[in-house]
Amino acid sequence: MLASLAGIIERDLRLAFRRKGDVAQVLVFFVIVASLFPLGTGAEPNQLRAMGPGVVWVAALLAALLSLNRLFAADYADGSLEQMLIAAHPLAVTVAGKTIAHWLTTGLPLTLLAPLLGVQYDLPGAALGALVASLALGTPVLSLIGAVGAALTLGTRGAAVLLALLVLPLYVPVLVFGAGAVGAALAGLPHGAHLSLLGAFLVFSTVFAPWATCAALRIALD
Amino acid sequence: MLQAESLACERGGRLLFKSLEFTLAPGTLLRVLGPNGAGKTSLLRILCGLARPVAGRVLWSGEDAHALGEEYGRRLLYLGHLSAIKEDLTPRENLRFAQRLVGLEAPRAALDEALARLGLAGREDVPARYLSQGQKRRAALARLALSRALPLWILDEPLAALDVHAIDTVLALIGTHLADGGMAVLTSHQEIELASASILRLVLAG
Repeated sequence: MLASLAGIIERDLRLAFRRKGDVAQVLVFFVIVASLFPLGTGAEPNQLRAMGPGVVWVAALLAALLSLNRLFAADYADGSLEQMLIAAHPLAVTVAGKTIAHWLTTGLPLTLLAPLLGVQYDLPGAALGALVASLALGTPVLSLIGAVGAALTLGTRGAAVLLALLVLPLYVPVLVFGAGAVGAALAGLPHGAHLSLLGAFLVFSTVFAPWATCAALRIALD
Repeated sequence: MLQAESLACERGGRLLFKSLEFTLAPGTLLRVLGPNGAGKTSLLRILCGLARPVAGRVLWSGEDAHALGEEYGRRLLYLGHLSAIKEDLTPRENLRFAQRLVGLEAPRAALDEALARLGLAGREDVPARYLSQGQKRRAALARLALSRALPLWILDEPLAALDVHAIDTVLALIGTHLADGGMAVLTSHQEIELASASILRLVLAG
């Protein structure tokens, strides 16, 4: 089982490595969106600090959304997904592997890049720490919930827009507590509760999202 | 042994077939025939468990194939009309990952031998996007040379887009598989000549 999981992760990472442009696109999008706000609103430090956490989190969320359609669509189009459905290991293992690979190629680099963008908003060290911690807990949730949406919209027309409409409302709690954690750290308040809640979201979606994704994939391929 | 028990299939509100029954014993080939749109691919997808029939069930050694789940997947080689070839991976990588999905780990030498059997010697390391349509199909069919351990082969149009030489190779691989006591279900618009194998014909009227 673990070997199968590692095999799926290896395959998807190798595919991502062969298409570095796709991964880079998402990161560049993240940087550009987060950099547009100071240009648009002016460089008043207090104002920037106030909106920094929210803007960086929204940009990360949109960047994650942008990358979701490559989670299953290509494998669906060339028939690989069919093979995964009738594989010798449970479909949940495949879904888990693909979700982990997706996080490693989007969520993780977004998390590592975020402090640099935080500096643009003049966030102090404590807030940058909270930003990284909240993204580290929150971006896996984005991948897990996003996988459900990507599976549900497989093969539909206008899948990208439909996916956004479906997934963005579900991202709201992650955004609220993710940006909330950074905001609290910025105000010098304890932010442990926010991170605990993000952790709870992560546990909850780890248990339920792959199951829903499997069901959606089976329907899409029936 | 593969059995179909009063299978019925509906596609887009139209009944394609119903009360379909057959029993496939080891060493037998089932050739599914019929005009375009008769439900050949739908039947194959039902047999491998990708689609659910509206009625009836598929039995593997007397047990419901759907209930067997991954256990059934470990017995099955399915090649659909989509080849499941990743353009960014080389034929060798494609073959290795495809075999891994059915639980078979093949050493590099075996992978290269299988590809050579299908006439892809020297192309093992070329990304599949530089291969022709027929070569991609061959890369997918190289799985046949590595899947002796899988008793049931379900092949959708395996001979399409292949040249005469490759057709002979694929038929020879299927022949060996049947002689070893394997089973195969396939659709093909070409005549299939296999010496010493018993061939069942199933005609879907459409």
